Amino acid sequence: MYTQALNTSDADDRNVEDAARAAAFQARIGADERIEPNDWMPAAYRKTLTRQISQHAHSEIVGMLPEGNWITRAPTLRRKAALLAKVQDECGHGLYLYAAAETLGSSREELVDAMLAGKAKYSSIFNYPTLTWADIGTIGWLVDGAAIMNQIPLCRCSYGPYARAMIRVCKEESFHQRQGFEIMLTLCRGTDEQKAMAQDALNRWWWPVLMMFGPPDKASQHSDTSTKWKIKRFSNDELRQKFIDATVPQAQFLGLTIPDPEMKQDEAGHWVPGPIDWEEFKQVLAGNGPCNRDRLAARRKAHDEGAWVREAAAAYAEKRKRRQFAQAAE
Amino acid sequence: MPIANIQVSETPLVLFTLRRADDALILGHRLSEWCGHAPTLEEDMALANMGLDLLGQARELYSYAAKVEGKANDEDKFAYLRDVRQYRNLLLVEQPNGDFARTMVRQFFYAAFADLYWRAMMQSKDATLAAIAAKSEKESAYHLRHASEWVIRLGDGTEESHRRAQTAIDDLWSFTGEMFAIDDSDRGLIDAGIAVDPAPLQPQWLKTITAVANEATLALPASNWMQQGGRSGRHSEHLGHLLSELQSLQRTFPGATW
Repeated sequence: MYTQALNTSDADDRNVEDAARAAAFQARIGADERIEPNDWMPAAYRKTLTRQISQHAHSEIVGMLPEGNWITRAPTLRRKAALLAKVQDECGHGLYLYAAAETLGSSREELVDAMLAGKAKYSSIFNYPTLTWADIGTIGWLVDGAAIMNQIPLCRCSYGPYARAMIRVCKEESFHQRQGFEIMLTLCRGTDEQKAMAQDALNRWWWPVLMMFGPPDKASQHSDTSTKWKIKRFSNDELRQKFIDATVPQAQFLGLTIPDPEMKQDEAGHWVPGPIDWEEFKQVLAGNGPCNRDRLAARRKAHDEGAWVREAAAAYAEKRKRRQFAQAAE
Repeated sequence: MPIANIQVSETPLVLFTLRRADDALILGHRLSEWCGHAPTLEEDMALANMGLDLLGQARELYSYAAKVEGKANDEDKFAYLRDVRQYRNLLLVEQPNGDFARTMVRQFFYAAFADLYWRAMMQSKDATLAAIAAKSEKESAYHLRHASEWVIRLGDGTEESHRRAQTAIDDLWSFTGEMFAIDDSDRGLIDAGIAVDPAPLQPQWLKTITAVANEATLALPASNWMQQGGRSGRHSEHLGHLLSELQSLQRTFPGATW
């Protein structure tokens, strides 16, 4: 579903192997050429991208959990089918993002192991719980909406496999976003209880969603390299503002109140939010969000309980290969 | 004030259609429980895919049952506002997922039946049922292939996977007979060429099951004792829990539109 601006590129350990090659590489970036897996690239570029794409993949997979929490309780058969298909889409996104990361030389297993060991990050937003059906609408509307804001520019990212994966992902995300909004619209036109459910969900998700864009530009130290490499094309604050400006009228249309009494519109028409609690963001990234432990535990459980299945498949494939080999030898 | 269960006029055609719809919904629901928790990402997608196929079948069948019944019921009322005693699915499909071997063996037993059954139902004199059968047959054929491949991999994989697959076969075997049973309500429809008698399909089903089990080095139980009751609403204890989850929002907020 989503890549988060965690601002952890590798500018410091960048070793410029060869000044001429590095200059030629930067010239290609400057000319908006796509870098492909077999092309030369600086080690730090490879490392930054591997980290960003795998974090994005982990986010898709962990992101299946909060929404998956409502598949068995979806209120109608149509909603149930749509939600199951949506969460399945997230799984598909995870798969092709892992494949894109693999083109940089790390295996899916290595990357997944790092996530399960708690060493790799995933988007902070998935460490919040889905308490009511309105949370499913809100995630589609806001979380997928924020993801699209972040990911549209990534369709033009300098690394070819990532950019191409993003084009497909964005198409599906925009469908999810409309689906989420439609859930909200139905709730807001429903009973008083349903409308209260929608408002409550917005109240809980609004601030965490704003945090999805990453720390404010003034506190962010590492964006420069990503910008230079055209991995990142807009700053965290620019994207956040774009998202807020797009979302406020949607909330008004729904008849919902943005839970920010300090928010006001400036002269240019931008909606300026009150202060974001970055301490909460820091805590969630540090593992102290409401669901960090549950999310990792669920992924580890699936991984551990699936081990015998994966072993069986490998053992069977091996047996089959030997049998075919023996047959061919006869 | 909770909404009461709906009343259903179970004429033979309504009952017949609801039985198939309930099979598809309950099995689809079970498969959807795996979403986000499967042994591999590829399998997570496959299980969701099969769940979606079944959910789609259920929706078409419920809608048709509603049309035939001609009352105020619709797909959601059938799914969300009948209690355990009104559900008409096979006992097999409501059995809990258990481990991956159990889920796959359950899928294998059912898909091997559904594939044959829907293919035969394509000849139904009821045009709607024949059309639903044509779509369901294609899906079931894929489900059967997928499940068969897993049963073989697990049976002929490691010692542990073999043991788990064998346990699943032993535990689920007694729920397979119900697929081939009929009652008085079915008989008239069979005579009229609207429904298919499943009994003559059993030898072919057994042939498929036996061939796969042999390749998987798994043994089929010798016991012929078969459990029944799902078709008339006498279920296992598992279904009530599934329904309490499935129906929770509709029961908590009666009459709301979602």
